[in-house]
Amino acid sequence: MLLIHCPYCDEERPELEFRNAGEAHIARSNNIAAESDEDFEKFFFIRSNPKGVIFERWRHIHGCARFFNAARDTITDRFLLTYKAGEPKPDLTKLAADAGPAAWANRPPDQLNEKPKAKRPTKGEA
Amino acid sequence: MRKYSVFAIAREAMRGHKGWEEQWSSPEPKSEYDVIIVGAGGHGLATAYYLAKEHGITNVAVLEKGWLGGGNTGRNTTIIRSNYLYDESAGIYDHALKLWDGLSQDLNYNVMYSARGVMMLAHNVHDVQVLKRHVHANRLNGIDNEWLTPEQAREFCPPLNISASARYPVVGASLQRRGGTARHDAVAWGYARGASDRGVHIIQNCEVTGVRRTPDGRVSGVETSKGFIGAKKVGVVAAGHTSVIMNMAGVRMPLESYPLQALVSEPVKPVFPCVVMSNTVHAYISQSDKGELVIGAGTDQYISYSQTGGLHIINHTLDAICEMFPMFTRMKMLRSWGGIVDVTPDRSPILAKTPVPGLYVNCGWGTGGFKATPGSGNVFAHTIARDEPHPINAPFTIERFRTGRLIDEAAAAAVAH
Ligand SMILES: Cc1cc2nc3c(=O)[nH]c(=O)nc-3n(C[C@H](O)[C@H](O)[C@H](O)COP(=O)(O)OP(=O)(O)OC[C@H]3O[C@@H](n4cnc5c(N)ncnc54)[C@H](O)[C@@H]3O)c2cc1C
Ligand SMILES: [Zn+2]
Repeated sequence: MLLIHCPYCDEERPELEFRNAGEAHIARSNNIAAESDEDFEKFFFIRSNPKGVIFERWRHIHGCARFFNAARDTITDRFLLTYKAGEPKPDLTKLAADAGPAAWANRPPDQLNEKPKAKRPTKGEA
Repeated sequence: MRKYSVFAIAREAMRGHKGWEEQWSSPEPKSEYDVIIVGAGGHGLATAYYLAKEHGITNVAVLEKGWLGGGNTGRNTTIIRSNYLYDESAGIYDHALKLWDGLSQDLNYNVMYSARGVMMLAHNVHDVQVLKRHVHANRLNGIDNEWLTPEQAREFCPPLNISASARYPVVGASLQRRGGTARHDAVAWGYARGASDRGVHIIQNCEVTGVRRTPDGRVSGVETSKGFIGAKKVGVVAAGHTSVIMNMAGVRMPLESYPLQALVSEPVKPVFPCVVMSNTVHAYISQSDKGELVIGAGTDQYISYSQTGGLHIINHTLDAICEMFPMFTRMKMLRSWGGIVDVTPDRSPILAKTPVPGLYVNCGWGTGGFKATPGSGNVFAHTIARDEPHPINAPFTIERFRTGRLIDEAAAAAVAH
């Protein structure tokens, strides 16, 4: 079970509240009928399926119900970052290794009993 | 290779079992082979075996990054059946089923294929319609599949709860009597032994890290953790890692890799005579010859190479198992694990030539390829040896995702294995 930070609710919530919605940043053509078979195949069927960092869409279906994007490592299942839909694809080289622990399961052993530090100020502060 | 037989057992018993040979040899890689197979799962090893046995191509290496049979082959719940909906699927899965019958003799290795029957449960009107459609379509293809009433289902599988007040009432079932199970490890070991005996090199702990191509685009070999190994033909049979390896050759695939979990209970005396699957509640169960209940769960919802999966996934499956078989509610589960399965958009495999000359791919078996192991290896060997597909795997191209000629078992069943 993953722990996922919804960028709209600004809270980490259990995976059960979310639906994965596939690879992110795949642009749908404005004129889909005019797409060549090759381009339609790329858009619809071909997936990068990386072993490493993936950009993917999630939907907080049992929360705010909104779609957002995430960068996650598919080897450790650890989230590097979640960000709002429409925001540009983040530059991975700029993501610090410790960009907000989101998956309890993959926390280093010495931090296992530690609560994740809030990345952003929580409500009331700021 | 010394044949296994009752005489061999007697002879070895007389001399203190000192004469048993290693089942396969573990040579150092040569610099060049006629064919390299990437991945020593059941499908890769079967491919090498049939290349040698049926096509006389013995200068073959099977490269495996871990140990042979340690991927999905050694992690699956071993359900074997061929009652898929579409003609193309019926063709390839039943080709495999025919080979299962007789495989132990062919390999001189007991793969423990047991045609104990696979029963699929219907819990609602929609299930009834779908399963009956399968029964009819299968019969038209000459594949056995029959419809059972709830009472007949319980007669075939006494532990089944068919009470009308059950949370998932059983309103009928389909039964393929030729379906069943086999011993997964023995399948890998038997093919490895048969291939090695015919001269195939099985090289374990040898990870493929690159695919080398000539200036005109042809395959010329692979980079590995043991150095470069040349070959004009390379067959990729790497299940969950197919996208990774095909990327090394510049080919992007219509695949996504997901964790799929299974678990086994403590061993008990024989209580469960057959295989039962329920697509709707997503549970499948059988009892191994060791006595463990073997239970398969669903995939996680996200792409992962972690070979684990979420606890809530197996929990959900156990909820369903306990509802359908109340006698199992107090069983203890001993072990659970995950494998990484490569899923295509239409849930049918790809066994084909690729846009890169000399590069072949056998993948996309997803949650249900163990049953196809002999048939898949058999026609994939043909595809590599002749550089053209066998009629049975000809429909399973990569191009179908461009042309639209999908083999849409996803729509037909929408479920695993
Ligand atoms: C939990 C679970 C339950 C299942 N239940 C069933 C079932 O009941 N019935 C059924 O029919 N199917 C089932 N399946 C599916 C079935 O296990 C697979 O479809 C089948 O075993 C695939 O066989 P394979 O030989 O293609 O892959 P694998 O056995 O996974 O072999 C691929 C091999 O490639 C190797 N490899 C990967 N990358 C590299 C590299 N770079 N270099 C070298 N080697 C590499 C891997 O280490 C691996 O050994 C199940 C799968 C799982 C995970
Ligand atoms: Zn939210």
